[in-house]
Amino acid sequence: MSEQGAPTSTVSNVADLPEEVRLARAIDGFVAEFGPKTTAWLDSCIRCGLCAEACHFHKVDPDPKYVPINKIVPFEKAWKRHVGPVGLVRRMLGLAPRVTFEELREWEELIYDSCTMCGRCTLVCPMGIDIAELVHEARHGLFEAGLVPSRLKELDEKAHRLGSPFGTAEEMRAQVERVVREYGIDIPLDRDRADVLVTVTPTELEEKHEVLAAMARIFNHLGWDWTLRSDAFEAHNFGYLSGDMETQGKLTTRLIDTAREIGAKMLVIPECGHAWQAARWETWRWYDEPLDLEIRHVVEVLGMAVEEGRLRFEPLGKSATFHDPCQQIRRGGLDRWPRVIMEALGLEVREMTPSHETAYCCGGGGGVVAILRARELRDKVFEMKAAQFEETGADLFLTSCDTCQLTFRRGAADTGWDRQVDTLLQIMARQLVSDQPPLERQAAG
Amino acid sequence: MSLIELIEGPLWTFSATLFVIFVFWRLISILDLRRRGASPKPQGSRLAGALRALLVRFVPRPPFTRSGRVWFTTVAGYAFHLGLFVLLLAAVPHVEFIERRIAALPWEPISRTGFVIAAEISFLGLIMLYTRRFVDPLVRRINRPDDHVASLLTFIVMLTGCMALGRQSAFLRGLHMGFVELWLIYFPFSSLMHTFTWPISRLVTGWEAGRRAVRW
Ligand code: SF4
Ligand code: SF4
Repeated sequence: MSEQGAPTSTVSNVADLPEEVRLARAIDGFVAEFGPKTTAWLDSCIRCGLCAEACHFHKVDPDPKYVPINKIVPFEKAWKRHVGPVGLVRRMLGLAPRVTFEELREWEELIYDSCTMCGRCTLVCPMGIDIAELVHEARHGLFEAGLVPSRLKELDEKAHRLGSPFGTAEEMRAQVERVVREYGIDIPLDRDRADVLVTVTPTELEEKHEVLAAMARIFNHLGWDWTLRSDAFEAHNFGYLSGDMETQGKLTTRLIDTAREIGAKMLVIPECGHAWQAARWETWRWYDEPLDLEIRHVVEVLGMAVEEGRLRFEPLGKSATFHDPCQQIRRGGLDRWPRVIMEALGLEVREMTPSHETAYCCGGGGGVVAILRARELRDKVFEMKAAQFEETGADLFLTSCDTCQLTFRRGAADTGWDRQVDTLLQIMARQLVSDQPPLERQAAG
Repeated sequence: MSLIELIEGPLWTFSATLFVIFVFWRLISILDLRRRGASPKPQGSRLAGALRALLVRFVPRPPFTRSGRVWFTTVAGYAFHLGLFVLLLAAVPHVEFIERRIAALPWEPISRTGFVIAAEISFLGLIMLYTRRFVDPLVRRINRPDDHVASLLTFIVMLTGCMALGRQSAFLRGLHMGFVELWLIYFPFSSLMHTFTWPISRLVTGWEAGRRAVRW
């Protein structure tokens, strides 16, 4: 394990510790994240405030506290005090005040509730400061101090204990067997050897069974040698979202190590944004050597299959707009594939303004959808997104991320918006043309 | 030794040395290229991403070009910095000073009119940016004491520099030099470090963007 991957402890009762101890833990969490990049970024900020122009939370609520760089102030203060000899000189000159516990408490809302780590502010910053990454690093310190929104903490603890917020391996197996019965489809489960390890999201297991069935049908149709594993199925990473580095590492390494154990050459991440971020772009934290494993997103592999002419769909003949999930598009490099798939589905694509890498976030990423007290702010972002969708006049509102979909669904319920948001895989499931029987629930289900 | 001699001699050497040592120290700590963990397999060209981030950020990118704040800051920023560079590197006393103490310069100093124009542009930019620090509630919220000290010190250095332009008054020249020395000592510990770190910040972000084949 690399230095950055060194475990920190998941202590569920941190909140009971004295404040000085919690503060010291927070500082240690911050310091563990400091590196040359942090210094390059923090040294470059000129407080121009332009990052505010990009942030959806600031757009819907112009309170200056929502200026992106303001969200990491305690992290920055700690960095000023604790970076090497310059920190020492700064301390001596009184240029580096201490971070207080009260400040950390105040900033919990800014670091969690009002930042989705979407990285839109990174685009506008003239200095190129990646605030999204700094917020992710800052969350580590807050987590260590036990200053994490309660629901996020609950989900993180469940993921830490069981490996998934969905539930245990037995519960997962039972659910997959249900899908097999419902759809009369073959889902290879718990195979000891396979070329491809496929992972899923909790929503796919809980309710989006048609997606699970469609994935199985497509992978079978493509002739893949694949499996789902009940000991490594969870793609969501609540450690990544909450700043719990130990859990983040545990969840990431479980997927990668299992894939390697079964001799897989590819790990497939489902329709989720942060899961892609954690598995594809954050692995360096846990492994010292480059991985001999391809990590691919399901939208990417299906897009490729479409381009190779190996997947066909019944054309829909409708118009659609696509919400670009930040962690897949702006920060994930998957920009091309959703459009390839939409074209193959016979959809007339009407882009929202803005779209692609400059699209606004759904407002619920980065764990924000799980934070109850963030609802009002999130719903304001939802209204902005709903208006952008309406402007396109498109028939369908699509995305490729479970969290975005959930955020939109909750926003729609809260604001009385009566449109539906589907994911690409849901539409693909309905329109897939293959030599296998059409995907419909069997009576047995 | 008179105060002026002290300022122009040992104090100058002291502040310049401190400046060089700490700026280098800081840059080296940023350029610490020791490997940390295994880099994810790149999806695109990291170098192209880094160069892109370095270059495209010289001008605002769409859709942010619709923002008045973006243009105000960009125009004021360029005015201040470009004017300052001209003053720093081409004002007659600076050229003489650099040639006497450091090395010969391949260009001629600017005329007095050139100086006045550069100074006006630079002051205008600095005043626009500095005023915004107080007027714009967003910027007021995020400003640190350091930002005010850095802006104020820079302003005083420029002002005393203009006052000392005639070079008739040793006092004014000494005053300017004194503030320059204070500025040099303050520099490595403050947000003035952005003078050197901005390209590194852009490059590291762009490098990551290139790895992911995204356009940041
Ligand atoms: S845009 Fe960049 S330089 Fe300006 S305040 Fe925000 S982070 Fe700092
Ligand atoms: S990463 Fe996104 S949500 Fe967070 S501050 Fe930047 S623009 Fe706002």
